[in-house]
Amino acid sequence: MAKTYFTEDHEWLSVEGGVATVGITDYAQEQLGDLVFVELPDAGKKLAKGDTAVVVESVKAASDVYAPVDGEITEANGALSSDPALVNTAATGDGWLWKMKLADESQLDGLMDEAAYKAHIG
Amino acid sequence: MAGDETKHLPLEDLHLAAGAKFGAFAGWSMPLTYPAGVMKEHLHTRDHVGLFDISHMKLFEISGPGAAALLARACPLDAAALELSQSRYTFFLNEAAGILDDLIVTRLGDQRYVLVANAGNAAADEAHLRAVAKGFDTEIKPLDRVFLAIQGPDAEAALSSAGVDAATLQFMHGIEPRQDWFMSRSGYTGEDGFEIGLPEKDARALLGSLLEDERVAWVGLAARDSLRLEAGLCLHGQDLTAETDPASAGLTWAISKDLRTSGTFIGAEALRAILARGADEKRVGLKPEGRQPVRAGTALTDADGKPAGRVTSGGFGPSVGHPVAMGYAAAPLAKPGTQLFADVRGSKIPVVIVSLPFTPHHYRKG
Repeated sequence: MAKTYFTEDHEWLSVEGGVATVGITDYAQEQLGDLVFVELPDAGKKLAKGDTAVVVESVKAASDVYAPVDGEITEANGALSSDPALVNTAATGDGWLWKMKLADESQLDGLMDEAAYKAHIG
Repeated sequence: MAGDETKHLPLEDLHLAAGAKFGAFAGWSMPLTYPAGVMKEHLHTRDHVGLFDISHMKLFEISGPGAAALLARACPLDAAALELSQSRYTFFLNEAAGILDDLIVTRLGDQRYVLVANAGNAAADEAHLRAVAKGFDTEIKPLDRVFLAIQGPDAEAALSSAGVDAATLQFMHGIEPRQDWFMSRSGYTGEDGFEIGLPEKDARALLGSLLEDERVAWVGLAARDSLRLEAGLCLHGQDLTAETDPASAGLTWAISKDLRTSGTFIGAEALRAILARGADEKRVGLKPEGRQPVRAGTALTDADGKPAGRVTSGGFGPSVGHPVAMGYAAAPLAKPGTQLFADVRGSKIPVVIVSLPFTPHHYRKG
């Protein structure tokens, strides 16, 4: 059973078996507006918490999406290469950004659950 | 604008009611997008009518016996030769022919002109104009107006439905159809359209009619930028600055041949020198290969990795469906078809120099 976490930077992580699927929240995609390009990471890339994992580009600007925890990229969402707008239409579903193998699951303890995140965005 | 109070549009309540997202631009809190989003707003303008609140821009009325002479000194413009209601795109230049602002000047009367200045430069423009005006018998009056742009193929029809007869107005002409109104057939999208400066009360009444028209939708600053970039139009502060001159910006078409050779406007000597030796760099259209946008500030290199120029505006063109940019390239390279490379976060993105605009202009000329 996957468990979902949220960060203050408006990312969600769905964790199952030590692997997190990461995306941005619906609130975040709304703030960014229509996305036209997603710069995806290569599998095998090791990231520390706070490193830039993905760059999402809207019509107007580029924004970094940070690794919420330490880990290694296992897969990026290739569907976004041809259809970056999936992040707008299905931010918490088909618009996921990358999967990563967690280096230290205890880092999840510092993240929010859905109720706390909803309170965070007000 | 650090330390300054952010300015708010007189019609901010209407934008809030329309669900706008706001952002800071040139000291103003401006609607960036509405719920439709930048893509749809952009395409709606090309297909129907986009409605823009551009009240951050400033209108100045310049009148008096010395008005034409003042404008001919401040701008590379033969203001006395303009016909009534004729508008011209022009500039304030510094002594080095650097572009202080780009402007539209329209002749409204024998001794009366209106000048439209960019928001970010409005205060500096006014100070500059007042300094230049010493010794000229003129009055410079900032106008307190709401300023709306109505842009797109159905703009004339939508205005007509709202009771504003716009059919007889030609592109790059401006008139005063009602008390304290200034309406010109012009814009910043590449489409046919109008810009109307008018008192707030009249603006609210006009918008009441316009917004009932299903062809008309609010469009924010984000789509205003993508529309103008596709249309190859410059944004002062990015594509034009005090360090760029009309020759390198490819805007000498805005200066008559006579003025280029014998004008006495500020910057004339410097511009003549630049034209005589040729500009070192030229403004160009840039088409990045692939889907990754190349943004303002990105450095350009040639095939050998040597510096070749820079990007001054870049984003995505919703109508053309690919990234679009403009910038400056070293003069020998500044030809359509030249391939350069943009350094984006460490990767070299191939970009090709292309002719501007990316989307054809649809101006209504006489």
